[in-house]
Amino acid sequence: MGVINGLIKRLSDVLAALGRAMLTAAAHTGALAGFALRLAWRLLPAWTRPRLIVQELFVIGVLSLIIILISGAFVGLVLGLQGYNILSKFNATESLGVMVALSLVRELGPVVTALLFAGRAGSAITAEIALMKTTEQLSAMEMMGVDPLRRVVAPRFWAALFSMPLLAGLFSLVGILGGYVIGVLVLGVDTASYWGQIGEQMQPVADVFNGIVKSLVFGAVVGLIAVFEGYAAEPTSAGISRATTRTVVLSSLAVLGLDFMLTALMFGA
Amino acid sequence: MNAQRGLDIVVGAFVLAGIVALLTLTFKWSDFSASSIHGYTLTADFDNIGGLTNRSAVKLAGVTIGRVTGIRVDPATFEAVVTMQIDNKYNNLPKDSFANIYTAGLLGAQYIEISPGGDTAVLKNGDRITMTQSAIILEKVISKFLFNKAADK
Repeated sequence: MGVINGLIKRLSDVLAALGRAMLTAAAHTGALAGFALRLAWRLLPAWTRPRLIVQELFVIGVLSLIIILISGAFVGLVLGLQGYNILSKFNATESLGVMVALSLVRELGPVVTALLFAGRAGSAITAEIALMKTTEQLSAMEMMGVDPLRRVVAPRFWAALFSMPLLAGLFSLVGILGGYVIGVLVLGVDTASYWGQIGEQMQPVADVFNGIVKSLVFGAVVGLIAVFEGYAAEPTSAGISRATTRTVVLSSLAVLGLDFMLTALMFGA
Repeated sequence: MNAQRGLDIVVGAFVLAGIVALLTLTFKWSDFSASSIHGYTLTADFDNIGGLTNRSAVKLAGVTIGRVTGIRVDPATFEAVVTMQIDNKYNNLPKDSFANIYTAGLLGAQYIEISPGGDTAVLKNGDRITMTQSAIILEKVISKFLFNKAADK
């Protein structure tokens, strides 16, 4: 009898833990949605001080350039090598350029940039805002009648939104040049067919524009998660570290999931 | 004040570089390299060019010596007139050379292969290659093969 009672207690403990986790996740999602609404009201008023946005564009966009450009170059080099390897089996190495370019512009450019962006800039945004909260700078602002959402959060969101497509474009361009270096200069693919096939088969609207839309969506998602996690962080040192981790994990998952949905919408039919 | 200005300039350069990158991806490719060959022009008429396109390769003994620069239909003969630019290095192609359209591999891009003839006169700028063989259309070959099989029975 005692054994069965113990088992039931164990089981209900497990169930309770599962339920609690789900409720916490639901509450977190709800808080994120509420936060997004409150932030949306402050997005346009934040433009009354464009200087703040420029400042954040530097911290979020320009300082992410190095990692984005280097990663783009290496992704392009690898795509060139692997693409050549595969295409040479079908005697179709002329198509190397278009393979590299379309992979980058449609998928790898926006997605890899967003993942790197979440790690490089998103975590920094979260840590900064969370530390401001922990050291009560945000409450101090409120006390002085300054709205921290408008003064601190909105400029960072705008900067993330603007930086992403620019960074993704540079990533793709550098990647295509990397593919050129390996494919044409090292492996001897014909220059004219490398560029010619890209020009012929890459569509300005269907490919490039969709890539830009993707990176805008990713910029908004990573930016929103980053500022929210910072704003909602538990004001302790452990809380800051948890919030930073959560930004990177959540935004990476969100980017990958959204990418699948967007691809299915744009290229699925 | 000065530091602020430096920051503005760096951010401006970043935004500009990003926009230029996006515009380059959108518009710039087509002009990249078609005009990079300096050479002379030849034309050739084909019954059917298959999948030949602008910038397809023109090869001699498997080596690329030029590019297709234009394709149009002659309204009188209903044949395809292919214009190609040949590198000036190869200015001694015999007048009776033969132009074939081949496919690189089974599924690859199509190209023009020039088989040199024996004439001592050479092709000059604007000349026409008279002896041509059209692209092999896989469906035609297969249907011919099938009909022959059926006829054999």
